[in-house]
Formats: sequence, structure tokens, C-alpha cells
Amino acid sequence: MATSSENPVERPPDRAMLAGLTPPTRPTLPRLGSPPVQSSDRTNHGRAERPRLASRRPRFQALAEVAIRVLAFTSIAAIILIFVFIGKEAWPLFHSAAIAREVTLAKMWFAQQWPGYDAPEHVWQPVSEIPKYAAWPLVVGTLKVTLIAMLVAVPLGVGAALFVSQYAGRRLREIVKPTVELLAGVPSVVLGFFALMVMASWMQQALGLDSRLNALVAGVALSFAIIPVVFTVSEEAFGAVPRSYVEASTALGAARWQTILRVIVPAAGPGVAAGIALGLGRAVGETMIVLMASGNAAILSASPADSVRTVSATIAAELAEVVFGGAHYTVLFFLGVLLFAFTLGTNLLGEFAIGRMRRRLGGAA
Amino acid sequence: MKRPGNRVGSPPASPAADHRGRVWEPSQGSHDSRVGSPPASPAADHRGRVWEPSQGSHHSHRLGDVALALGSGLAVALVLLIVVVILGDVTYNGASHLTLGFLTQAPRDGMTAGGIFPAIFGTVALVVLMTLAVLPAGVATAIYLSEYANPGSRLTRLVRVAVNNLAGVPSIVFGLFGLGFFVQFVGAGIDRALYGGQRIFGQPALVWAALTMAVLTLPVVIVATEEALAAVPRELRLASAALGASRLQTIVRVVLPQALPGILTGAILAISRGAGEVAPILFTGVAYFLPKLPGSLHDQFMQLGYHVYVLSTQSPDVDATRPILYATVLVLLLLTFALNATAVVVRSHMRRRFAGAAS
Repeated sequence: MATSSENPVERPPDRAMLAGLTPPTRPTLPRLGSPPVQSSDRTNHGRAERPRLASRRPRFQALAEVAIRVLAFTSIAAIILIFVFIGKEAWPLFHSAAIAREVTLAKMWFAQQWPGYDAPEHVWQPVSEIPKYAAWPLVVGTLKVTLIAMLVAVPLGVGAALFVSQYAGRRLREIVKPTVELLAGVPSVVLGFFALMVMASWMQQALGLDSRLNALVAGVALSFAIIPVVFTVSEEAFGAVPRSYVEASTALGAARWQTILRVIVPAAGPGVAAGIALGLGRAVGETMIVLMASGNAAILSASPADSVRTVSATIAAELAEVVFGGAHYTVLFFLGVLLFAFTLGTNLLGEFAIGRMRRRLGGAA
Repeated sequence: MKRPGNRVGSPPASPAADHRGRVWEPSQGSHDSRVGSPPASPAADHRGRVWEPSQGSHHSHRLGDVALALGSGLAVALVLLIVVVILGDVTYNGASHLTLGFLTQAPRDGMTAGGIFPAIFGTVALVVLMTLAVLPAGVATAIYLSEYANPGSRLTRLVRVAVNNLAGVPSIVFGLFGLGFFVQFVGAGIDRALYGGQRIFGQPALVWAALTMAVLTLPVVIVATEEALAAVPRELRLASAALGASRLQTIVRVVLPQALPGILTGAILAISRGAGEVAPILFTGVAYFLPKLPGSLHDQFMQLGYHVYVLSTQSPDVDATRPILYATVLVLLLLTFALNATAVVVRSHMRRRFAGAAS
């Protein structure tokens, strides 16, 4: 309406109309800097066609905008609060004398000579007469399960993404992508249940393993949760490779597979790496699957056929039964800090890789 | 002239030797820099070297193509097989026990008989409270990022990094956070302030589990809402501004109604995630078995996912609980899939609408 002489851009109406119709570089709406109160003050002298919201409740607008800005920082606040409050519960491990009598960082990370043992050993036995808190069995267990999961998930996830983006026709793609989304939607407790009740027996029979629940079962089950992550990010990365790359390669006489392996895969490399990093973070932090399928015995060994106890499963299984503020409680929160720090690292790595790929392909797109 | 496409259909190659290494050896791993350079340059870089070997053997190319297609095709087949086997097993074993009585009764005889109604009730209560908490915060963040913030500013980037990282925090860490922050700090604080130190809120409870889950699902809502806001045509905002509407008026009256399906999608995805996660509620309010339904915010509750965990790991009689366990898993899967499917439908509906508006 040309009659709205009080448009917020503070320009004559005709010019504002013009600005609204031609696509400018930035929106003509008032930006962050312009105080909301000002615009609502002006509405007090508003004409009939001004929307009611502002003219009736000028303060409401200002309040709402403040609320939006405050709520926008919930995520930052959450990250900080997570760090502060987990760290707070783990902090006594570093300075409390009462806890130092039972456990110290050195006792967690170096082999200890326990009564009844022939040599210094890493033992996780927090609930025994002499509580033992060696972290290595848990860390190695976590790495073992994670490695197995990644060994399964990366070829399957990246391979499937490659097929869907390069070979699959439209119809097949429309089957595969929703199916992977379906897998992503399966709650991890269901995957854990399936590993525990079904897969463990199958794998024990097929491979003749001693223990029914072991690192292999947990790792394979865990890979089911990682495949969708790796697949989705990789597929997006393959799809983002500019067509001109493919055309140039083809024009040079490269075969399809040469183009894929030597042009598309390297170009999408950072994206695929990001998918793997995100999958790694998920694998290390995943709890219910390993809690149910790994056997939960804190054995320090390299064999995938042994039962393992991971860091996340240890926290899940033990925290409910510990004394608040005690040594065991503190150690479990410390393990939580380790998990948090590790996944934060893999996430930042993944983000970095995606940013790198965007910059790389940015010129071509 | 080979063009991309339709190579899958080509007949299988004769068993010629694999020339993979030989053909591409001259490039000596310089492909990284090649790809990084502007689009025109890959052609220039490799002109002579690539041509020569390619004219060599067509058999090797066939073999390479078939091998790559078969290899990646096998990956797809395996992934599909995994999904089919899991869903098939759960459906086959769970469907027979899934009756109306199972959905409406409480567990009996040490959970070897009866139904799962308290777990369903607890799950619904949890996600309703969670949604009430996560929607305002998530939608406000998305509005801020898409409508107010200067996209290049350091603060905006920080918010984005926080959202992305929050999405990657392990669920068990959220559980620790819920216990340390909500239960022991906020809850105990409320007890000290209002109840004279009597333990009411300072223990695991429905409200703390819901808030913990809200923090976990926050990125889901933010990402979906932001996507929805970005899909609203700019012309609508400009038209609204040209009519004299303020920024907030434009958002409330024009942008949000348009983005509503997308916001709904985010909410549904968050609910689906919240209904399936177990680790965050382990220490913040879920209970093994309760004779009563939760009646207030500070009661504990039963939940479907945790019920699955309890039945499969702590059952006194595995064979007796087996049908109940399978049926519970089936209910949980149907619930999450129904939610996800709704989100997909709403989203595609939204895309169609905007596709129509743009043309």
C-alpha cells in the first residue's frame, strides 16, 4: 500500500516499494541493530491498516524479541552447562584427599600391584573390598568395539552411498534412501535387543565363539547404528561433486570407474571423512547397544572374541548404584568427561572437513 | 565418447587383467591438488597422460566398472538385508502377542505376563513434556539464526558450532548432565528454597528426564525449523515489510505460518528420537517397575525403551518374557516409525507447496 508512510525502512514509500520488489543484496527489513522499541513506538500513531499485534501491545513486541534472542543461546548454554556440571562432579578426583585414598589419576592409568596378583595389572573392579579403577580395560574395550564397528560401517556406508549416487536409478534410490532412514530411526535399545537375543546366538554358532556376548557381536550391532550416519553424509558429499568434474574426466576418455575412483571420490573425500568422523563419535558414545551386547566383562585383551566393557556402558551400568560424591561416582563422571571431550573432538574434526570440502568445491559449484 | 550413465547395464567383462594401477600410475597421487583447482583445470593437467592408457584396453574398463558397481551394489544389498532381517524378526516374533489387552494392561507376575500400559503412558508423558520444553527454545534459536542474526558474525557461528556439537554429544553424557545439573543442582535447589530441604524435586523424576531429553533433541528442532524458515520465499518477507509490518510482525504473521509444516516435522523427529532414547533417562527418572502411573512432575515413570532393556537383560525367566519382549520392541518400533513416516509426509508436502510457489 502506498499509503503506509511509516514503513520501517524510513524511506519514502515509493522507494521502499521499489526496494521490496527488486531483489537487493540484503533484506530491506530493519536489521539487528535497529531497536525494536523504536518501531513499536511509531506504531502508536499507526493508521488503520497496521496489523493489530503491534498497535495494541507495543511492549509485547520488544519482550518477544528479547525472548527470542535469549532463547537462541540455549544451545551454547547447554554445551557450557554440560561441561561445567560433569566437570564439577569429576573435579574431586584431582584434589580431594578423601578420594585420593581410594583412587588417583595415576592409579587409573598405570598398572598397580594388587594383593593376590603376581604382577602389576590393570584391573577395573570398583565394587570389591579393595576398589580398583584401572581405566585401560574400559578404554581398550571401547576402542576395540569401535574399531570393529567402523570396519563394518565404513565400507558398507561409503559403498552404499557410492552406489546410490553413481549407479542406482531413480527407483532404486527411492528404496534405499528411505530404508537407511528407517535404520537410522531404529532406537539403539532395539539394536541392542536384536544383538543380544538374536545375533549373538547366530554369530556364536557360525564362528564357534566361547562367550556368547563379546566385542565382535557388540561391534557389528554398533555398526548398524553408524551405517546411516556414514551413508547420509557420504551420499551428500558424492552428490555435491560438480558435474563439470565428471564431464571433464569423461571427455578425457576416462572410464566410469576411473572417473569415480580418481575424480569423484577424491573430490568428495573431505565429506566422506566428515561422515566417518561423525560416525566415530557416535560409535564411541553409543551406550545401549554395547551395554546389552558386549558381555560387560572388563578384560584387557586384544581378542575380538572376548567380552568387553566400554566406557559408556560402564557409566550406564554402575552410576545408578554408587554413593553420590564418592570415589566411584567421581570416577564415572571423569569417564563422562573423557567421552564428552572425545566426541567434541570428532565433531569439530567432522565440521572442519565439511567446511574444507565446501570451500574446495565452492569455486566450481 | 563415453558418457556417464547406463554403465551398469553393460555386459560383464571378459576376465582380462586388472589394469587399475598401470592406467593411472603417471598421475602419482597428484589428484588431490588437481581436484582442488578450478573446474576447468583437471582437463588441462592430465591431458596427454590420461588419453594414452585409456585407449589401451576396453576390457579392463569393463572389468573396473563391473567390479566397482558390484562392490558398491553389494554394500547396498547388505544394508537393505540388515534392515529387512531386523524388522522381519521383530515383526514375525512380536505380532502374535500384540493385542489390545497387551497395550492397556499393567505388567503382572514379575513382568512375565500382562501388558505394557505404564511404559506407554510414561513414554507419552515424557515426550509431551519434552516437546513443551524443546519447541520454544528450538524455534526461537532457529528464528534468531535465520531472521535476526548476521550470518557472518562470530556469535552466529558460535551458536551454529554449539548446535552441531550438541547433536554429537553421546546420550549417556546427557544422562550424566541431567543428574548433575537438573536433579542435583536445580532440583535440590528447588527443595532447599521451597520445601525446606525435604526431598521432592531433588531426585530423579519425570520432569528432569523430560528436560534432559529436551536438551538432547534441541538440535533436531533447530535444524528442521531453520530449514523450514529458509524455504519461505523472500518475497513474502519483503512484501510484508513493504506493507509496513515490523520484523516481528512479519515473522509471526507471515513467516511462521508458512514454515509451520517444517517446524512440525522438527517436533515429530524430536519426539521420535525422545521416545527411543534410553541412556539419558537412566539416572534422571526412569524406573524399573512402578505399581502406579506417574501423577506429578516429580514422580518417576516407566518407559518403553527402558522396559525393553529391563526385559531383555534382567528377566528372571527369559522364555516366559520372550513374547512380551518382542511385542514391546514391536510397539516401540511402530511408534518411532509412525512418527518418522509422518515427518517425511509433512516435509514432502511442504516441499511441494514451496516448489509450486517458487515457479
